[in-house]
Amino acid sequence: MVEKTFKITSSDGVHARPATVLVQNAGKYESDINLHYKEKSVNLKSIMGIMSLGIPADAEVKITAEGSDEQEAIDHLETTMKNEGLGE
Amino acid sequence: MTQLQGIAASSGIAIAKVYRLEAPDLSFDKKDIEQPEQEVKRLHEALETSKTELEKIKEHTRKSLGDEHAEIFSAHLLVLSDPELIHPIEDKIKSENVNAEAALSETANMFIDMFKSMDNEYMRERAADINDVTKRVMAHLLGVTFPDPALINEEVVIVADDLTPSDTAQLNKQFVKGFTTDIGGRTSHSAIMARSLEIPAVVGTKNITSQAGKDTMIIVDGMNGDVILNPSEEQMTEYKQKQEDFEKQKQEWAKLKDEATVTSEGDHVELVANIGTPDDVEGVLNNGGEGVGLYRTEFLYMGKSQLPTEEEQYDAYSSVLKQMGDKPVVVRTLDIGGDKELDYLDLPEEMNPFLGYRAIRLCLERDDIFRVQLRALLRASVHGNLKIMFPMIATLEEFRQAKAILEEERTNLKEEGNNISENIEVGMMVEIPATAVIARQFAKEVDFFSIGTNDLIQYTMAADRMNERVSYLYQPYNPAILNLVNNVIEAAHAEGKWAGMCGEMAGDEIAIPLLLGLGLDEFSMSATSILPARTQIRDLSKKEWTSYKDEILSMGTTEEVVAFVKEKTQVK
Repeated sequence: MVEKTFKITSSDGVHARPATVLVQNAGKYESDINLHYKEKSVNLKSIMGIMSLGIPADAEVKITAEGSDEQEAIDHLETTMKNEGLGE
Repeated sequence: MTQLQGIAASSGIAIAKVYRLEAPDLSFDKKDIEQPEQEVKRLHEALETSKTELEKIKEHTRKSLGDEHAEIFSAHLLVLSDPELIHPIEDKIKSENVNAEAALSETANMFIDMFKSMDNEYMRERAADINDVTKRVMAHLLGVTFPDPALINEEVVIVADDLTPSDTAQLNKQFVKGFTTDIGGRTSHSAIMARSLEIPAVVGTKNITSQAGKDTMIIVDGMNGDVILNPSEEQMTEYKQKQEDFEKQKQEWAKLKDEATVTSEGDHVELVANIGTPDDVEGVLNNGGEGVGLYRTEFLYMGKSQLPTEEEQYDAYSSVLKQMGDKPVVVRTLDIGGDKELDYLDLPEEMNPFLGYRAIRLCLERDDIFRVQLRALLRASVHGNLKIMFPMIATLEEFRQAKAILEEERTNLKEEGNNISENIEVGMMVEIPATAVIARQFAKEVDFFSIGTNDLIQYTMAADRMNERVSYLYQPYNPAILNLVNNVIEAAHAEGKWAGMCGEMAGDEIAIPLLLGLGLDEFSMSATSILPARTQIRDLSKKEWTSYKDEILSMGTTEEVVAFVKEKTQVK
């Protein structure tokens, strides 16, 4: 399993448009991908799961990936976070 | 003939037959089933059909309205492939042996309730999205046709309880001449879409669906919110004329969109718009606004449970400034209190809220709130041409105090390493007669004045504008008001400053020639009034109206002033 921690830099937190892109990209991989925020953890392939967390600006989140393509998945998601101005 | 009144949501006149867009009957019976696998298969078939349809709608939207509007359907599509939604439905079918309809409905409702209860308006709106999407799936499970406005192939006016985003996106302008709904307001999704599509719409009629039968003739007047069913011969003729006039007028106005606002002799005045949110900027630019003359920042503070953060405000201000480019944007700092309350501030009720604790009075005492806003504004200033003005200033001390706080925050921000524009003009609203009377003294210290006529009139006439029994005293053209306005403009010019106006009066047909004659530099009005005002000003001579100045200012009554303007403008 690989994991990566991010700080949300977008002032709106994790809002609709970047969340959509994040979920679309996560959906491209076989691995189980989860997003952890506070004590909660949701499937990153689930748009409703992500939005239900209501992640605000400055939050610390962790993405974990486990499966055959875990490394590619997490690298891609890291790029997505940066490209969408979500976090670093 | 039946006439209803609603909220004018998108201007223009539509005359056509009624097309009732009705939600299909999605009622179902919860059943025990024997072959869960069969039910899961039915569920997936319905999901796939819905996805195919949504892809089509998305494509249609992208072509007709652009990527941004199409984006919502990307989110809808993701909901339909969301494992956190689909798996629970499948589990429910298998573990409880219920039909797909029941499993879908119960699971979706659980999510809808969850989103609805969230402490965030954005999330609450997502509940509507989930509802919209799952209804489509439900229709396919039940084998009922989901209404498809894209199939309309004759001229109609759509009548519906409300229009969902997917309904509105499918409207074909060629056939859908307008729409009217029972619910909704000027800022509801359907209204915003109608304005983007430029089709006439009246929303919030409360009960149009119970009155409009299929195929009856209907007129929708998107200018004043009238909806007429079964119009008489005369009404048909009248509205066809109105429709034609509007189209002609629009073409005339559109020609002036990128033109400067000049009088018949080429004198320039600035026509700018009043806005409340960053979303309003599009309308300003589409209507040829030369800037924003009043950005009411209250909306950032209203309809929530806590104060907006510095970041939230920074984003809103930056967005407006960036969209406006180098055009001026005058931001009014928080004007709350009076009739605009904030629950979370828990302000005590007052006997005379308009004369009470509000606007700058509140901000100077609660400088914790004020400073957050000023910091956000200062930081955003690098993105455009920002001007800041303080509302409800009564004394010079108040202006000095407010400005001192602004300067303190400027210093703080610079020390923290932020870039701030060096050219931010700082001005004030003239709403309180005391400031209009000694405008000369103020003019030495402010960079500009913006006259807020709605309040200036009620304070000068001592007449509550909410009280109908004294509404006759709300007289914009009263010589008392004109003399105060003149005083402010003269004071500004004597110090080489500029004077604007941001009340209803600035866009008023009778007031415009008067204000032009008094030398007003900037007229700030609702975006849709800009092109009509520009058209009017082109036919006016500033020299001529300046020559009437003394005569007008010495008149005794409002009637005299109005009669004078009417006479002079008709002669031309």
